[in-house]
Amino acid sequence: MNQHRPFAALDIRGLKKSFDRPAVDGLDLTVRTGEFYTLLGPNGAGKTTTLRMVAGLLRPDAGSISIVGIDALADPVSAKQRMAWVSDEPMIYDKLTPFEYLEFVAGLWGIDPTAGEANARELIGWLGLGPHADERCEGFSKGMRQKVALAGALVHDPSLIILDEPLTGLDAGSARQVKNVLRERVAAGGTVIMTTHILEVAERMADRIGVIAGGRLIAEGTLGELRLKAGKGDTSLEDTFLALVAEQAEAEAA
Amino acid sequence: MSHTASLTWFAHHEFRLAWRDWLAMLTAGKPGRVKIVAVALIVFAVFMHLAAHSIVAKFADIGLETDIDRGTFVIITCCALLAWSLMMSQAMESVTRAFYARSDMDLILSSPVAARRAFAVRIATMAFSTVLMAALLAAPFINVLAWRGGVRWLAAYGVVVGIGATAAAMAVALTVALFRTIGPQKTRMAAQIVAAVIGAMFVIGLQVAAIMSYGTMFQLAFLQTDFVVSLVPAVDSIVWWPARAILGDMAALLGVLTAGLLLLTASVVIFSARFGEHAIAAAGASVGRVRQRRWLQSFRRSSPKGTLRRKEWILLKRDPWLLSQTLMQLLYLLPPALMLWKAFGRSNDDLVLLVPVLVMAAGQLAGGLAWLAISGEDAPDLVATAPLPASFVTRAKIEAVCGSVALIFAPFVLVMTYASPRDGIVSAIFVAVSAMAATLIQLWFRTQARRKHFRRRQTSSRIATFAEAFSSIAWAATAGLAAAGRWQGAVITGVIALGILFGVRAVSPPKP
Repeated sequence: MNQHRPFAALDIRGLKKSFDRPAVDGLDLTVRTGEFYTLLGPNGAGKTTTLRMVAGLLRPDAGSISIVGIDALADPVSAKQRMAWVSDEPMIYDKLTPFEYLEFVAGLWGIDPTAGEANARELIGWLGLGPHADERCEGFSKGMRQKVALAGALVHDPSLIILDEPLTGLDAGSARQVKNVLRERVAAGGTVIMTTHILEVAERMADRIGVIAGGRLIAEGTLGELRLKAGKGDTSLEDTFLALVAEQAEAEAA
Repeated sequence: MSHTASLTWFAHHEFRLAWRDWLAMLTAGKPGRVKIVAVALIVFAVFMHLAAHSIVAKFADIGLETDIDRGTFVIITCCALLAWSLMMSQAMESVTRAFYARSDMDLILSSPVAARRAFAVRIATMAFSTVLMAALLAAPFINVLAWRGGVRWLAAYGVVVGIGATAAAMAVALTVALFRTIGPQKTRMAAQIVAAVIGAMFVIGLQVAAIMSYGTMFQLAFLQTDFVVSLVPAVDSIVWWPARAILGDMAALLGVLTAGLLLLTASVVIFSARFGEHAIAAAGASVGRVRQRRWLQSFRRSSPKGTLRRKEWILLKRDPWLLSQTLMQLLYLLPPALMLWKAFGRSNDDLVLLVPVLVMAAGQLAGGLAWLAISGEDAPDLVATAPLPASFVTRAKIEAVCGSVALIFAPFVLVMTYASPRDGIVSAIFVAVSAMAATLIQLWFRTQARRKHFRRRQTSSRIATFAEAFSSIAWAATAGLAAAGRWQGAVITGVIALGILFGVRAVSPPKP
């Protein structure tokens, strides 16, 4: 009997990408719909390269990427319609106001102006950008720019939001606002995939955590499952993460 | 470390940085290209010497012992003034950059080295770079004159040093004056606009004067008219010292050099002490908060293509600095506009002269705008992750560029069509072709850059820069010849222009 199963928000199979050396080396990864998934890994592990391939910013050498059931390599436009990408360096237009920036993003995604405007006003309120909504972004701090970029990612109501180090350089207040918005998005049925070096954030927010090293997924699961795999008892994610990465490094050296 | 040692050490540091900047500019930041660049420079130097030979060799015998007249002094002095205005423009750019670029300013100001000494060296380095650049550009002409007319012409190098030092000194004084009068927040843009205007002012001023007086755009003819010659001082006046020095008068050379170096020294002594304060003030100059009053309005209904086009226009419109940099090229349209105005409503065969000017300007303007729209995308990830095919985005950006060019050139073409239908139609066709060619070159050589780095676009790809210039020149020549009814020549230059395009396409980097 064929039972209807919802598509995974993201399904990656055998993904490969090399620059001078392999950056992503046969990666398999599945993120379920409605999940908050955090990708951890040491510097140069292949996290950003993986996510940039998913976002359509890099072309893989091999493998497949499926976004909510859409083959992102065969039909990138449909896949992009369903997702949003936020990089660690907020890239926005200095000469536009947050409101105009959101109008621009809504226009690019072909969102109905009325719905787009309602989303924009709501997001601007949520992220505390209200007093600056009609000020040009050129004088904004990094935190405010990051919030504008995040609002841009959410204004077209994507099913999958991919964020690369979104909390880097944010003060505690801004980080809290961003985390709240992401949590609400997941509560509403959206899927969030995020890389971070702040392990505490992963520990507190993620439903599942994936650990990448050497371009491969070396461990995946809830915090408890990762602790079990690392053979660590009731330790912090930091200890678990370091144990897993060290184990992988030893295995590669052997 | 002693004061002298610290000065020498800092000078060494500055020159090393300046050298690496030069090298990076020439190699576009790719160290592996040094050999290729060296060969290209040799070829370029040979080409420039050949070109210089065809232009100035016939003047090599002019000397002070010959029966020299005021007309000749006027022309030599105007050439020196042109060089001076360009050096002044470059020096102002350097001073402004030094004020506002944070790079090592924090390190210098927080170190125990006396800031005054550090900035004195920095001003001297800027002057040296300005003089070096001018000397390199003038070298082919001076060398040819020295080869054909004797070593006395080498004194012209001394004049370059003298007027270069004067230009650097005045650039520092003018920038500091701007800083004190309009404040650090506005100085950056104002200084860059002033620099660009100074660079263009001399040529344009001469052209305007020539058109107003004689209805011609040829400055040399204007400069040699009895009217101009009757206005200038006698041949033994001090005004002609730079011209005399160029012709090999050692006393005049000594005077020019001494005056220039004295001015530079005075500028270093007076302004180096305050340079640090101004740099700190520049760092503290926050970007003003500008409100747009869009919050009260609703989102507009627009297609993705329309959204992209509007974004390009808004960004350009809201950036006065960028707008000034882009439209600065249009300053050169002022003389043709004046000529059109004078010819309006009556048949004028001279209008054919305007056709290549318009075509050339359209190519250059389109190149700048295309770089901004295609390479200077400040949110590349956003546009790349939008659910639109890449070709769709590119088309929208090209439309934005072509729309802007059409908007600017349409009035010229319309007035021209009214005055001379054939010239108007030829202009319309070749303005479009030249703009499209420049846009395509920018498209083929696109790189990822920030809009604020617009001034560095020439260094990102030397091939694209030269190709854009040569393409515009070739299309301008084609248009000029076609407007003059010289079809055979027009076909030849048209084929050359197409050859440039195909050649550039062949060597353009593969798509990422």
